[in-house]
Amino acid sequence: MNGVHDMGGMHGMGPVVHEKDEPVFHEEWEGRVYALTRLVRVGRGRWNIDAGRYEIERIPPAEYLRMSYYERWLVRLPIQVVKMGLVTQAEIDSGAPAPGSAKATPQLTAAMVPAMIERRVSTRREVRVRATFKSGQRVRARNIHPSGHTRLPRYARGKLGTVAEDRGVYVFPDTNAEFLGEKPQHLYSVRFTARELWGERASSRDSVYLDLWDDYLERV
Amino acid sequence: MANDKKRPVGRRGFLKDAAATAAAAFVAEPSAAHGHTHHDHDHDHQHQAVPSDVALRVKALESLLVEKGLIDRAALDAVVDSYETKIGPRNGARVVARAWVDAAYRKRLLADPTAAIAELGYTGGQGEDMVVLENSPKIHNLVVCTLCSCYPWPVLGLPPVWYKSAPYRSRAVIDPRGVLREFGLDLPEDVEVRVWDSTAEVRYLVLPERPAGTDHLSEEALAALVTRDSMIGVTKVSPQTGGRA
Repeated sequence: MNGVHDMGGMHGMGPVVHEKDEPVFHEEWEGRVYALTRLVRVGRGRWNIDAGRYEIERIPPAEYLRMSYYERWLVRLPIQVVKMGLVTQAEIDSGAPAPGSAKATPQLTAAMVPAMIERRVSTRREVRVRATFKSGQRVRARNIHPSGHTRLPRYARGKLGTVAEDRGVYVFPDTNAEFLGEKPQHLYSVRFTARELWGERASSRDSVYLDLWDDYLERV
Repeated sequence: MANDKKRPVGRRGFLKDAAATAAAAFVAEPSAAHGHTHHDHDHDHQHQAVPSDVALRVKALESLLVEKGLIDRAALDAVVDSYETKIGPRNGARVVARAWVDAAYRKRLLADPTAAIAELGYTGGQGEDMVVLENSPKIHNLVVCTLCSCYPWPVLGLPPVWYKSAPYRSRAVIDPRGVLREFGLDLPEDVEVRVWDSTAEVRYLVLPERPAGTDHLSEEALAALVTRDSMIGVTKVSPQTGGRA
């Protein structure tokens, strides 16, 4: 979706403010939101990383810009647990389990946390899918404007680039975000010159690399 | 949160009710639920005042999930503790220092980064498929995620606020040299700047240049020089940097 989250190249956001000796979490609640979001993924309920990003992207733009990072996570969490079927909207509204509802047993104890954190859950898929492009090939990022989730930023659409590397086959976010299938396909590192993206005033040496799926690219 | 159980029941009940009301309002109508008054849009979008009811809303959600038997509070504490005390940029610094002192490791790190990083024990979420970008006198790499805030958690921990902020995400791709200057790094024109926008599940770690005059330093002393920011690519490592961001 052409949302405000797709910020690459926007102006007017101000200087980058660097905080010295920044804590991992500025408030206790930030750590709780982070940990809750990690832990509700363990066990029952359908969810994936793309669905999670899509929820954040659908926060109304003015709200999105005003909120801190973990406030956005907090908006997502109740929506997520309801969609996962872990909790009902009525329970969110009342703040208490529905009368007579069964109490589950937590899937993950503290002792299991280190293993959970270290577990490698890649979205790379070891399946044979034909690669449309190869390293060194000129490609164009499609001029498409999906209204759903996509990982093709606006600033690259319609631009010419060069495939720097085929990274292998990965889950396709656009369909995965809406549980329409993983549609695994080749992912490429694509190099765009700064001038192609930003015009003649950009440095002739500089470039931006994006990781783009087959479906985002077309032949030149 | 761990103190909840010690609180008198009445106090806890009150908190829970207040929080539940706030949570309900929040879910039903996010735009109306924020009582914040401190707008500071002129210079700084990432330090907005947090609505005072946020902590209560989180507490309400946590209580509900715990009461449903979905979440173990001690597991929550363990996750928070892991990212506050164990998983952070010191991990990445050890990877970098090893690469500086051990040519064979450096080679493996560039050829199969995920496996080479795992050799030092760093694996897991948001580091499943790593790519290492080697800086040189002529090439400077810079990492951003314009669409959200993708970041290599196992080696760098959770990202700093500036990395997740609108200014960095919007500007790193269109004005990388300007952003670098704000970090105190003024690159000569003949250095090529490569910006890496983390649009997929590949996560990037910059391998900064080893600073001159550090030949005598041990691997451990070198690791202490490597900063988080140098591994994102917004600064270089200096022989005097020493351990902070």
